[in-house]
This record gives sequence, structure tokens and C-alpha cells, in this order.
Amino acid sequence: MSSRDSIAKTLTVATLLCVVCSVIVSTAAVLLKPAQIANKELDFKRNILSAAGLLDPASTVEKQFENIVVKMVDLETGKFSTAVSPDGYDQTKAAKEPSTSEALPKADDIAKVRRVEDYAKVYIAQTDSGKKVVVLPVRGYGLWGTLYGFLAVEGDMNTVVGLGFYDHKETPGLGGEVDNPRWKALWEGKKLFNPDGSIAISVIKGSVDTSVKGSEYKVDGLSGATLTTKGVHNLIQFWLGEDGYGPFIANMKKGKA
Amino acid sequence: MKAKELLFKPILDDNPIGLQILGICSALAVTSSLNVTLVMCIALTTVTAFSNFFVSLVRNHAPGSIRIIVQMTIIASLVIVVDQVLKAVAYDLSKQLSVFVGLIITNCIVMGRAEAFAMKNPPIPSFLDGIGNGLGYSFFLIILGVIRELFGSGKLLGFEILPLATEGGWYISNGLLLLPPSAFFLIGLIIWGIRAFKPAQVEHDEFKIAHNSTKTAEVL
Repeated sequence: MSSRDSIAKTLTVATLLCVVCSVIVSTAAVLLKPAQIANKELDFKRNILSAAGLLDPASTVEKQFENIVVKMVDLETGKFSTAVSPDGYDQTKAAKEPSTSEALPKADDIAKVRRVEDYAKVYIAQTDSGKKVVVLPVRGYGLWGTLYGFLAVEGDMNTVVGLGFYDHKETPGLGGEVDNPRWKALWEGKKLFNPDGSIAISVIKGSVDTSVKGSEYKVDGLSGATLTTKGVHNLIQFWLGEDGYGPFIANMKKGKA
Repeated sequence: MKAKELLFKPILDDNPIGLQILGICSALAVTSSLNVTLVMCIALTTVTAFSNFFVSLVRNHAPGSIRIIVQMTIIASLVIVVDQVLKAVAYDLSKQLSVFVGLIITNCIVMGRAEAFAMKNPPIPSFLDGIGNGLGYSFFLIILGVIRELFGSGKLLGFEILPLATEGGWYISNGLLLLPPSAFFLIGLIIWGIRAFKPAQVEHDEFKIAHNSTKTAEVL
């Protein structure tokens, strides 16, 4: 046996290699972290603008975002609140902390979000034509993980402006098609509620026949991605419901949020 | 071997995809748009070159019993660094490439070159061999990317070349080209082309398929 195959040598080489590699990997991770966080924030803002249909590639995201009003909503009362400052408020984080969120009973938790935060951060924008757009953060479980996204509605709180997800773990090419602009475009102009105020929107299997009455309440499902489609359907149902933005939407419709 | 040979031989004579049939998985997955393809090519070439270089540096010290793990550790570290860099400087592209950057770790080309070449050769030729094989991979991927994006969505690098019928133009796009299986057909056709041009690459049957039973053979 040559010396390089001895046990001592094997252990030394393995240890040294691990130390060197971990130093390189962690240095890269630490040094690049600020740039990655900045990118993530920019992507977050771009997604809000894009869901609201306001994204203009000619201008910078930061500049366009200046026109958007960020407000906090108390999800229980459905009214705007000033108890928490929107600056630096991380809704995803707040939903995980027991002090800033509430656990959901399993029967009500159709989107498998487990805990609902006390305050939601909503974004209110004006389009160039003076229309009001309200962007609501939504999330829910798909096939492999939670989908995080935004649902943008018009000032009537009924007409959809857009839906987009900025973070998900769905299969590329199948469930990952939630990012497909053509699918996202299907949401534009759909109605969320029946005239009597009950939730009407649904994501169906197959494609919607637009000639039939009621097609404004239906969106095509993604082929090959039944569970992702179901996840998107459930999360929309959940966030429009009583435990989600239901009270807020009701107040907004009355103009008393 | 000469540097030129190391760099350019893997493009047509010893192509990792065309002759060695390695790294097909990512060739199917990332070639539906040229932009993503190019980033993947750069990422893979970088990783192959540097992993060959570092594996070659430690080749005299790596004990035979753990040499594969040593190679894997080096490759995995490099891939993580590349992934981190992409997330920092090209966030959108890294989102589109999603899992495939991480999957470079399991790309047979990287590991294959480390084991077959870098373990036996000095660092500089190994580095060049890595670049060469990266170029060979890129050669295939770029052809696939150009064909698939041009005829699948009428664009190249996002710029419209063939105006689509759905957007008021005349070109009716071929939807199959946007799906991964189309890359299989294209790879097959390219390999056919290369082997017709260079018959030395045609493989001979390693065995003959026998009849189901001796009896049938006798009947025949």
C-alpha cells in the first residue's frame, strides 16, 4: 500500500479538502449576499408592478414603485391600520411568528398556509388612466412548496387586473407554467365575486368556453399540473374568504376601509 | 497533447454530447431559449474547466478510495459558487435556469472529464480539456437553442425574427420545438449529420442480437 492510500492520509486529505471548500463556498455566499438581497427586493417590487399591469420596461423599477402607496391592513377587522409601520415589515416572516400571527384550524386552512398574520401589507397604485389598483399578497401550497404571489384587483375589488407568483417550487415546464405570461394574461378582466357577494372565481380543469355564460368567473387550469392548479384555486378561495382579505374587501366595497 | 487539440477536438471529433452521449438531460431542458442556453454554456464550461484544474492539482494526493468523493466535493463547491454569482449578477436568468445550475453537479461531462482526464494529466492541460469539452457541449446547445427558439417562438435572444401568426405576422410556430422532446430529435439528427461527415465515429455493434430460441433459428 502506498503512503497516499493510508488511513491517516485519507483522513487528512478529506478534512483539508472539506475545510478549503467550505471556506470558499461560505466566502462567496457572504460576499454576494447583499447583491442577492437587493436583487430579490427588486424582483419583489417588479412582481407587484407586473401584477398591477404597471410595469414599464423603459423606466427603472425603483422609480415606478415611488407612485405606489403601501398600507397596512388589519386582517381581522378588514380596516387600514397604523399600528404597524409598513417599512421593513416582512409579511412572510410575520406569518411564522406566534406573536404576530394566528394559527388556523385545519378545516379552514384550504390553502395550507398554517398561520395567518395579523397584518397584511397591501399596495395601492393608480394607473395612467386614473384607475385604482389594489395589490394583495397571497400564498398557498402547490405541489412541492408554497407559492408566493400577488393578486391585483381594480378599485371595485371585483375585477382582476393580474395574478403573478414571485416564488414557487413547482415543476419547471408543468406547474412552473404559472409564470407563463400567456396563462397569467387569462386572469385579466375576470370577476371574483357573484353579484350577491359570494366567491365565484374558480380555476377549472381544461379550458374555458368563453361563449358560455359565467366564463368571466372561470380560468383555465394548467395542463399536466393538476395539483398546482388546485393549489392556485385554493389559495385564491382562501385569501378572498373570511380568514383572508374577505373583511377588507367588504369594507373597501363600502368605502369604509 | 497540444493545446489546440485539447481545445478544439471535443467540438467535432470527440463531442461530449455527439460522441460520448453525455449531458443530454440539461441539453433538453435549457435550450428552449437561446439566452438561457448561453448562460448555461458559460456556467458549465467554467465549472468543467475549474473542476478539472483543481482535481488535477490534488490528483497526486487524493487517496484512491475516496477520489470520487474528492471530485464531487470540488465540483459541488464550484457549482454552488457559480449559482451564487448568477443569483447576484443575473437574477432573472438564474430564476429561469432554476434547478439546472444545481444539476451541473450531476452532469456526466464534468465528472467524466475529472475522472478520465484530470486524474491523469497536469493542471494546465486539464484546464484546457475542461474548456474544450465545455465548448463541445456549448456547440451542441447553441445549435439546439437557435433552432428551438427561432422556429419555436419566432425569436432569437428575445428579438423577433419571424413574426408570429398569433401576433399578426405570417409564421405559424412549431409548438413541439418548445417542448423538451424536440431536442431529442434534433440531437439525433445532428449526430447523424456528424457521423455521415465523419464515418470513423460510427459505432460497431458490440454484440449481435440472437433469435429467441435455437429452434426458430434452425427453422430459419
